[in-house]
Amino acid sequence: MNLSQLRKGQVAQVLGIQSQGPLDSIAQRLLDLGFVVGEQVRCVTMAPFGGDPMLVQIGFTRFALRKAEAARVLIGSGS
Amino acid sequence: MSIANIALVGNPNCGKTALFNLLTGSRQKVANYAGVTVERKLGQFALGENTINVLDLPGAYSLNATSPDEMITRDICMGTHDYGFHPDVLVCVVDATNLRLHLRFVLELKALGRPMLVALNMMDSAAKRGIVIDVEKLEMELGVQVVSTVAVAANGADRLKECLRADALPAPLIDPQALPEDQHQQVRRILRASVSMPRDTSALDDGLDRWLLHPVFGVLILGLVLFFMFQAVYAWAAPFQDGISASVQWLSGQAGQILPAGILLSLLQDGIFGGLGTVLEFLPQILILFAFILALEESGYLPRAAFLLDRVMFASGLTGRSFIPLLSSYACAIPGIMATRSIQDPRDRLATIMVAPLTTCSARLPVYALLIGAFIPRQDVLGWFNLQGLVLLGLYVFGIVSVFAVALVMKRFNKTKSDHALLLELPSYRLPNLRDLAIGLWDRARIFLRRVGGIILTLTVLLWFLSSFPGPPADAVLPAIEYSFAGRIGHFLAPLFAPIGFNWQIVLALIPGMAAREVAVAGLATVYAISSVSDDTGQLGAVLASQWSLATALSVLTWYVFAPQCISTIATIKRETNSWKYTGIAVFYLFGLAYFFAFLVYQTAVWLS
Repeated sequence: MNLSQLRKGQVAQVLGIQSQGPLDSIAQRLLDLGFVVGEQVRCVTMAPFGGDPMLVQIGFTRFALRKAEAARVLIGSGS
Repeated sequence: MSIANIALVGNPNCGKTALFNLLTGSRQKVANYAGVTVERKLGQFALGENTINVLDLPGAYSLNATSPDEMITRDICMGTHDYGFHPDVLVCVVDATNLRLHLRFVLELKALGRPMLVALNMMDSAAKRGIVIDVEKLEMELGVQVVSTVAVAANGADRLKECLRADALPAPLIDPQALPEDQHQQVRRILRASVSMPRDTSALDDGLDRWLLHPVFGVLILGLVLFFMFQAVYAWAAPFQDGISASVQWLSGQAGQILPAGILLSLLQDGIFGGLGTVLEFLPQILILFAFILALEESGYLPRAAFLLDRVMFASGLTGRSFIPLLSSYACAIPGIMATRSIQDPRDRLATIMVAPLTTCSARLPVYALLIGAFIPRQDVLGWFNLQGLVLLGLYVFGIVSVFAVALVMKRFNKTKSDHALLLELPSYRLPNLRDLAIGLWDRARIFLRRVGGIILTLTVLLWFLSSFPGPPADAVLPAIEYSFAGRIGHFLAPLFAPIGFNWQIVLALIPGMAAREVAVAGLATVYAISSVSDDTGQLGAVLASQWSLATALSVLTWYVFAPQCISTIATIKRETNSWKYTGIAVFYLFGLAYFFAFLVYQTAVWLS
């Protein structure tokens, strides 16, 4: 399962980041922003007009991620 | 030796710029880093007998830079590229309410082994949310000196200044024996040891976001905010614009009293005061627009607007971040193009710059108003709407549709298919601080006046020269402008514009109109030999209505939807893209579209009538 499949209000735990290609700056950036193994992530809400991008809470921060970005974050069931 | 140069470094939204404003007040200089369009903010403050230089580095999440801004920050922190500033101390600014994210960057910077200091900013917000931070413990765990600051309080940087009185600050110790620990794990350990937080998010943010990001109410509220903003830009600016134009005219009249009629007076009145009036009249609108944008930005609302609109913008090859620059372009494309600096992805930034001139900037309004007033009957449609208003609305919609259509075409041409990143942080809501607003506004005004004012003024003088020389012969019967260089150019180009229904008078008026679109109105008045000064446009409208066909009028309106009739915009595109190629493409496609659609409209109208 990956983060783009999370629905509004759901909580999950980050299992890792899946890079697309060897030089994936988005994957590296996600790691720097705290999407690392064991961190808890929550889907706060989805944008209008089709639910993309989504708003996620990680640590104390909220990030808007497009589905293509969120798909790089592998997640497992919460807590 | 004492500390002479410090650099403020930190994540976006850490309150770094507010701290910079608090430290330096009005002693700031804003310029560009050599060779790139990244803003360089340098300031000074006095500390005892010393003067300390402060560099406000662009916000960065990591030294793994992903944008030109972040590359500058990386290069200066690592010392790999010389930008003429060598900080003795890195002051790493962190938001006390967002330590999970910001402390990781501190650890990354600490690993550089340079003298540094952590400014624990926004301690007031942290206290309000019940966040308790054991500063001593934090200092011990980090191995770096920590001072708390409140950038929005008058004495909020006193402790920071106290620390900078030292002769030098020690570089952090890096124990080579220590096992390498993951930075994220380290942050978690430090937070457990020194910070207690009642809850991860602010209750206020949660409450506001429930409404402001709501799929229905959020979009409605955004619409209302925009409506109010535009209303204000046009309504509030009007008295100031009238005042400015009256004062410039008064000055121009005074010059006429003092100086004898001749070349010098003509240069002063038609060239310099004309140019000055054009530049200054835009200032009120631009300042009001920027005041709104700055306040919305400071409050944390703008990234939310970008979140709400990202889907719509992305579908046509733009990004949610394009929203702010395009919005500014409705007042004037120049500040709009300058505002694209906040777009990190270079492809998205370029696409936004290329389409910004298509938004209906306020300089088109005088031209639209003149032609609609003269040619479109004032009749009601469906009992509710006014035909004139509908045509004006239609021209605006035409502009918006072409923004998206052109962006879509550019997306098709783009060969790099890698994902465009959004990765947009939505910061906590904050009340905008007056000092920061004032300084921000002053910066924009200065940049606009210096960069744009220079260009417009130079061009107006150049165009004055073209339309005044050579002077008419003694037995002249035609308006003076016909004998000038501009007149000759107009006649020379006229055949080219015949297929779109422009007569030579229009072509001639387009030439001075290159300085700024609305100058074309004055240009038309000159060619149709109406005494230009203090003349109301009603008379000009009547003359045009008798001389032009409706098809020609519609063609000119269409031309103005697209044509890059503003050299300052073209110059700004050149400066911001740093590329003649893209400037050339922009000018070519805008003139191309203008000609194509004007042709289509003219020929259709002729055929129908």
